[in-house]
Amino acid sequence: MRDVAIVSFATTGPLPAVDDTETQMLFPVISEAIERSGIPRADIGFTCSGSADYLAGTPFAFVGNLEAVGAWPPISESHVDMDGAWAMYEAWVRLQHGDVDVALAFSSGISSRSDLREVLCLQNDPYYLMPLWADHGSLAGLQARAVAEAGLVDEVVDTVAAPPASDGAAAVIMVAGDRAREVCERPAWIRGIEHRSDPHYIGVRDLADVPSAQVAAAAAGVGGGPIDLAELSAAHPHEEVLLRRAMGLADLVEVNAGADPLMVAGLAHIGAAATAIHEGRAGRTLGHAASGPCLQQNLVCVMEGTP
Amino acid sequence: MAERCAVVGIAQTHHKKVRDDVSLAGLLREAGQRALDDAAMTWRDVDAVVIGTAPDSFEGVMMPELYLADALGAAGKPIMRVHTAGSVGGSTAIVATHLVQSGVRKRVLTIAFEKQSEGDTTWGLSGGRSGGVGAGGYFAPHIRAYIERSQAPEYVGWMVAVKDRLNALKNPYAHLKVPDITLEKVRDSPMVWEPVRRLESCPASDGACAMVLTDEAGGDRAPRPPAWVHGTAIRSELGQFPGRDPVNPQGGRDCAADVYAQAGITDPRREVDVVEMYVPFSWYEPMWLENLGFADVGQGWKLTEDGVTELTGALPVNCSGGVLSSNPIGASGMLRFAEAAMQVRGTAGEHQVEGARTAVGHAYGGAAQFFAMWVVRSTKP
Repeated sequence: MRDVAIVSFATTGPLPAVDDTETQMLFPVISEAIERSGIPRADIGFTCSGSADYLAGTPFAFVGNLEAVGAWPPISESHVDMDGAWAMYEAWVRLQHGDVDVALAFSSGISSRSDLREVLCLQNDPYYLMPLWADHGSLAGLQARAVAEAGLVDEVVDTVAAPPASDGAAAVIMVAGDRAREVCERPAWIRGIEHRSDPHYIGVRDLADVPSAQVAAAAAGVGGGPIDLAELSAAHPHEEVLLRRAMGLADLVEVNAGADPLMVAGLAHIGAAATAIHEGRAGRTLGHAASGPCLQQNLVCVMEGTP
Repeated sequence: MAERCAVVGIAQTHHKKVRDDVSLAGLLREAGQRALDDAAMTWRDVDAVVIGTAPDSFEGVMMPELYLADALGAAGKPIMRVHTAGSVGGSTAIVATHLVQSGVRKRVLTIAFEKQSEGDTTWGLSGGRSGGVGAGGYFAPHIRAYIERSQAPEYVGWMVAVKDRLNALKNPYAHLKVPDITLEKVRDSPMVWEPVRRLESCPASDGACAMVLTDEAGGDRAPRPPAWVHGTAIRSELGQFPGRDPVNPQGGRDCAADVYAQAGITDPRREVDVVEMYVPFSWYEPMWLENLGFADVGQGWKLTEDGVTELTGALPVNCSGGVLSSNPIGASGMLRFAEAAMQVRGTAGEHQVEGARTAVGHAYGGAAQFFAMWVVRSTKP
């Protein structure tokens, strides 16, 4: 694999209901990430974004976000309807080719304008589960109960709450090889990035475990050395407990957990884990993204300050 | 790039107005199973799954990779979902190709789909609650502009419709079949969006397309001849700004130049044996012939008029019947890529072009602003 590092990161952080359009919210974030990298915009060889049409409530919502990048002359660009962490993954794969050295990954989400309890029900199997209108909060409640019954926590915390509904955007610049060293004093070198899915049907899952997080963490090389800081996408306290166990981080002190804004949280956590390396606060960090009800899908990115 | 990429399995479903015999997952499973059969592989052999589809609202399932993970054998594996508007089928195949070429995965199953009957696609294409003119209404003025610029006779659009509909009769999977198609029948069909007549338009289909991509070792082991990927390219440009030419978009020209350079093609008109391009309305054949460098600007329609793009012509275009005959939107781009690969594998059946060795697959989307292409050959790069 080619050495690839995150050299800059920018984010709005979680915002309460914004008045801006998604494009307006993205523009300063993308510009900041590019400016911080010190790399001319024209040198970006690949761009990939993550967002969800359903949050915006209109098909092809991501098309407008292209305005925030500036695609003239035409650019090599792709999009996933997933958390921006998967956009970053696609860009990392693209950088492995050798003909492109600089990539931009960004994501955005405005949850405040929709009823997430309603919208996220549409992630469920459309024939058998969706008509039950079991929202993420309710399904998280089932998982919290399973975690308690397995004795992993002392008591069931009431998690049947509305999912986080903040808005936000994030962007990272990734650079391959020597150029990363030229533009960044302490690049966050990506040592491993992997993702896995668990089954969708919670009835066939052991809700007191997250095998996909465990396998992704192992494949990303989490066990290859001590982790100084972990940034986890966990919407509820029991999710953090599960993720720590699955990834072998049970005793780690430095953990930041949170799952908002939706579609941005994963990329923002990875960016924060990279920033800790940029700033010399950590030598080896982990960023994590999750997707779907009950932590169905998990992505793990391990970064180090030394190549 | 580190690895060569081989297309060792290809399948598509029968495309129909309503596939009410299968669920959404069943539709993808059908395509995926048959692609794996073609590659003599099983679900267990797959390292990663990449799916693609147009907006989630077309079927009403948000982020469908979550629900589809079980049916696609992706539990315990990586699965991701690409969404780049109408070009998505092509972009999805390219993401899958990159996973192999980068050396990250060895065997990737990629599936693109649309089950238009599950929702109201026309509503979605028209901007949902925002209202709008739909795809035909959007593209019709561009077509009219092309006709004005090129001074092409009106019957050229009808000729494309007749050709693609005759080709569809040779494709067992094609949705729309009009056996008694004639120029007169196209001419007399209702005007839908001036100058586009109904028989010059694509249908709304349910369908899926799947491919199995492997590294070089996988290609060497494959039971049937693989297609080898010689180049992939994507381009995006903004949908609207002063100075943009939506009739002959820069993004399409750049995408073609990029992919030809990778494949060592300097004269596409002569070096390419067969093309599957994204033609949802008849006039896009001459328009894309020019945009992709197969004809000089203003001259594309002459290739159509001269029969060059017919199945037996010098540059056959859309031998499968194309998007005009089957349009499961999210899958339509991958169908172009897959049909191109079928041609160089020699597995296209009745619509096979004799001796095809180099083929181009093409897709576009959005406001004619997203482009995806690949070049495949029967020989290794």
